[in-house]
Amino acid sequence: MAKRAAPEVNAGSMADIAFLLLIFFLVTTTIETDSGITRKLPPIDDEQEDPPILKERNIFVVLVNSNGDLFVEDEIMEFKNLRQATIEFLDNGGGLGDEACNYCQGPKNTSSSDNPIKAVVSLQNDRKTQYGRYIAVQNELVAAYNVLRDREANRLYNIDFTEMEDAYNDPEFQGDKDKLKDKINVIKNLFPQKLSEAEPI
Amino acid sequence: MSKFKKKGEGGTPAISTASLPDIVFMLLFFFMVVTVMRDNSLKVQNILPFADQVEKLDKKNLIMYIYAGKPSPRYQETFGTEARVQLNDKYASINDVQQFIKEERQSKREELRDKLTTALKVDKETNMGLVSDIKQELRKAEALKINYTTKQGEAGLNLK
Repeated sequence: MAKRAAPEVNAGSMADIAFLLLIFFLVTTTIETDSGITRKLPPIDDEQEDPPILKERNIFVVLVNSNGDLFVEDEIMEFKNLRQATIEFLDNGGGLGDEACNYCQGPKNTSSSDNPIKAVVSLQNDRKTQYGRYIAVQNELVAAYNVLRDREANRLYNIDFTEMEDAYNDPEFQGDKDKLKDKINVIKNLFPQKLSEAEPI
Repeated sequence: MSKFKKKGEGGTPAISTASLPDIVFMLLFFFMVVTVMRDNSLKVQNILPFADQVEKLDKKNLIMYIYAGKPSPRYQETFGTEARVQLNDKYASINDVQQFIKEERQSKREELRDKLTTALKVDKETNMGLVSDIKQELRKAEALKINYTTKQGEAGLNLK
């Protein structure tokens, strides 16, 4: 028998195979981070306390009924007007004396909210309301708060409120975190997010 | 004789591509390691609603996921089209939510337990009744931090 040297395996196509796998993983990888609207639920109190008495004018009732229609203060409203209406309500500042609001730019209407600190948005829904609509409405309400907070943050610190929050949540933030936190809290106290999600009717 | 003459020895030598596979393998391993396969297989329809006032949810290990929606088409024959809750890999009833939260809490380190957030991944066609029931259960279980997971987009898109 003739002595034959083992033939060398051609490794030229190895790169192709590896590329194939690489492209597969490239396509399937999703480095996704979920995002959404963060809320805090109210804790359940064992003893039924009487709820604090709120003045009628300090409550902004938003109702989404089972057909997805939007009712604001018992009147039907177009979805696109909701943000503006909420801003007007929060920013009204109709209070006098102790309840006056010195940073509000609203019309100071006596039949609307006294002060953003007192203003409560009550979001009500039916058991048959579609979740998508509910989220859309909630998104608009959060947007209204964010618009006002941005305005105050720009006035006081020359920066958007949302930008400050992003910076605060950024793990690579260079700078004084405590100071930033204080600033965020100042803005949050000017326009506290009092959004009550009532149980469905 | 032949039209093509052999080139002289003086040409530039070809660049060796022998190490190309190694480079590609390196990339491949990177992506293989980074890829996270979905740990829950979805059994419910899950088209999330849109919102643009969102906050990011980092720290994946501190999130408990609750899915809800109507069963996906291939399960509809057995389970109908009524919206359901999915916890981990299986359908669950509303009453299981508290137990689920408890188990999730147990599996985390003690100092992290109060930082847990519940992400509600709810299909946009679900009725709010179910969502409210889940919220009520979460209140009972004292898991008060929730996040309505949404897709990035104009909220008006939900109305269509």
